[in-house]
Amino acid sequence: MSVNFENEPMMDIYIFETNQMLDQLEQAIISSEKQGGFSAENISEIFRFMHTIKGSSAMMLFNTIERVAHTVEDIFYFIREQKPEQLDYSGISDLVLECVDFIKIEVEKITNKNEPDGDAETLIETLKIFLDGMKAESGGVEIKDKPEETKAKQYYIPQEKNPAVSLSACFHALVFFQDDCMMENIRAYTLILGLMDMVEEIYFSPADIADNPETAIEIREMGFEVYMKSDVGYEMIKAYFDKCIFADRLSVREVDERALKAFQKELEVAKPVIPQAPLIDLFEDKKSQPASNEVTGKPNGANGQAMISVNVDKLDKLMDLVGELVISESMVTQSPDVENIESENFHKASLELHKITEELQDMVMAIRMVSLSNTFMKMNRIVRDMCKKLNKEIVMEFIGEQTEVDKNIIEHISDPLMHVIRNSIDHGIEDEDERLIKGKDKVGHIILEAKNMGSDVLIVVKDDGQGLSKEKIIEKAKKNGILEKSEEEMTDREIYKLILLPGFSTNEAITEYSGRGVGMDVVVKNLESIGGVVLVESEPDHGTTITMKIPLTLAIVEGMNISVGRSRYTIPITTISESFRPQAGDCFRDPDNNEMVMIRGKCYPILRLHEHYKIKNGQTDLSKGILIMVEQDEKRICIFADELLGQQQVVVKSLPHYVTSMKKILGLAGCTLLADGSISLIMDIGGLSGLRIQ
Amino acid sequence: MNNEAVNIFDEEVDQKGQYLTFLLEDEAYGIWIGYVTEIIGILPYMEVPELPNYIRGIINLRGRIIPIMDMRLRFSKNFVDYNERTCIIVTDIEADTVGLIVDSVSEVVTIGDNNIIDKPMMSTGISNQFVKNIGKVGDEVILLLDCEKVLMHNEFEKPLNEDE
Repeated sequence: MSVNFENEPMMDIYIFETNQMLDQLEQAIISSEKQGGFSAENISEIFRFMHTIKGSSAMMLFNTIERVAHTVEDIFYFIREQKPEQLDYSGISDLVLECVDFIKIEVEKITNKNEPDGDAETLIETLKIFLDGMKAESGGVEIKDKPEETKAKQYYIPQEKNPAVSLSACFHALVFFQDDCMMENIRAYTLILGLMDMVEEIYFSPADIADNPETAIEIREMGFEVYMKSDVGYEMIKAYFDKCIFADRLSVREVDERALKAFQKELEVAKPVIPQAPLIDLFEDKKSQPASNEVTGKPNGANGQAMISVNVDKLDKLMDLVGELVISESMVTQSPDVENIESENFHKASLELHKITEELQDMVMAIRMVSLSNTFMKMNRIVRDMCKKLNKEIVMEFIGEQTEVDKNIIEHISDPLMHVIRNSIDHGIEDEDERLIKGKDKVGHIILEAKNMGSDVLIVVKDDGQGLSKEKIIEKAKKNGILEKSEEEMTDREIYKLILLPGFSTNEAITEYSGRGVGMDVVVKNLESIGGVVLVESEPDHGTTITMKIPLTLAIVEGMNISVGRSRYTIPITTISESFRPQAGDCFRDPDNNEMVMIRGKCYPILRLHEHYKIKNGQTDLSKGILIMVEQDEKRICIFADELLGQQQVVVKSLPHYVTSMKKILGLAGCTLLADGSISLIMDIGGLSGLRIQ
Repeated sequence: MNNEAVNIFDEEVDQKGQYLTFLLEDEAYGIWIGYVTEIIGILPYMEVPELPNYIRGIINLRGRIIPIMDMRLRFSKNFVDYNERTCIIVTDIEADTVGLIVDSVSEVVTIGDNNIIDKPMMSTGISNQFVKNIGKVGDEVILLLDCEKVLMHNEFEKPLNEDE
């Protein structure tokens, strides 16, 4: 327990980083596939990601992940170095994506505190076979399996192959330290001390680093130059320099022994003068010297960091605190005692306070906003996979992916979005031949669009496929017995809405991706849980548009406060259609004792809150209280309460864990603090109306 | 005590063998001080429907929403209206923060291991299952609570307000 706990921050970072890298990796593969081949950048990018995942997994002792990453890394190492001419791009992409999936699952397990126990043997085998195949194809030149890999597996050793490792070669290295690391001369000195064991001869400039602190400035400006003669080979030297902390830029290359001698002489002749010419040469040399184009800019340089990642829990807490601040601010400034104060200064000050708290609240909300682009990017992968499987060609276009929504909401829309896109690809977009016959472009198009609309975000998935077939929908609905009206009466919209009902799927053949009859209703449910709705529009042969309307944030709700007895409840304003005091004659009971009210010729069920929640001292006379008509998912119900207290923006808090673990109370979404410090329970109308209407 | 919050600053090390004693009817109970975060007077609370009757509702403790449990009802004793001596002992037990409503809070006592005896087996009475063992302070007997059991909920409880 305690050990786990101590590991946690590191584990968090590992999980976070690995997930991020996997996402980027996926994007890199998909984008290179679109370009029809791996560009050199993409290859080294993929190589680098895999390398980092391998390293960090090894550090965290997740050996399976490490081995998978390692094998993939090998493949890309081979590609990078050998640049084989015929490459099975799609084969590699498939394989790598498979590995990405595997690692994702393992990381998921780790996140859930389970053992990452997935078996990667077959995967690794396939990868190895693939690599061997590639090697064989490229003519078997230099298939020297890096021997150093076996002896120190968990150690960072870049697999640079040196075509000619002579027994004893000369090297030149130039190191620039990070701008703010200070004491450059000492760092250089430690570097040299470490090198002593590996080299036969070593010369460096500036030479008197150990006892002359002035050299620090020199190193800062000119870099630290080392010439050495060694028999350990380029790899080891390079690895040593790579490991050197605080190095910002460095280059290591092999040089002729004469250069070493020249440098040595130069040092002797003019000690304090730094040889200018060779330094410039060195950078010009880069292109001709393949090994030296490794000027690595360390990715996590300490300077100029504009972004930080923060734990969501902390943000939630901050949000809570600001919520409380807003409430206590209004408790202070609106308190009746304060109103009697006749001091202009005080009122000015309280106005200022009000302004600041409001700004603070806006700011906190803004911090929690995350752009949708990551979620959208993930969809690329689905499109790619499905296109391959289904042999369709589809281009996905993004519009407004920069639109921001609350962090909590992002988590909830990925799955529904995936579902909708799968449906579009599987059912919506026709086969190539069919498209050509219809006179459409043979490549299918899906447009994924996000835009702000008031306090909602609209996410639109639009395809140019065959559209929904009304006949098929009705037929299917009849068969499944979910048709409630006669078909003549139904509007197009109502018909399309049928596909959102549970147990509906028009595709006869169940495919791998969609058509298990758990399609759209799951989307609807997922979105409902965050207060969103789904709209379906379609035009035969022109495509289908599915619009998801999602609130910007879950944390603040515009609510109507009501009272029942001593209790206070808050109803989300979006669900309220009207409130009224009924005439005694309009209310009646059916033989089952269900109470109803007649409004404008329609009947609506009445839910007495005091009865439903057994609240004491509530108003029992319908004509003395108030009925609030609420609507969710086309269902309407009238809630009976004592009186309306007024409309207010409330900050949603969850009920205490102890309470929720005791019982799931239907119809309650959470609680909030009112301006006077009392607590109000926020109602979940969806849960409530489900109680009464079947 | 009044309605003022009293914080308890004791360090973990010193807390061993220390119990906060409180009264319910005429019995003295003790709760290990490590669980207690503060003692407050009774606050206005909001009833939450569909919960067992001993969960009186939730209170707003400086912005934190915490449930409060009436210990009399929890031990199936008679409900008595709250007065100025009524206290809420705010406890952190495992991951949950719960306020325990008691008649009054007495003092913090130190009870050595040699003064703690096992409770008799086979006893009847509902409150007994919540008592871990029994402490002696001078002539007084203090029933030491088994806090985990107090917080544990079983399915067969009566919902709020039904029996009042």
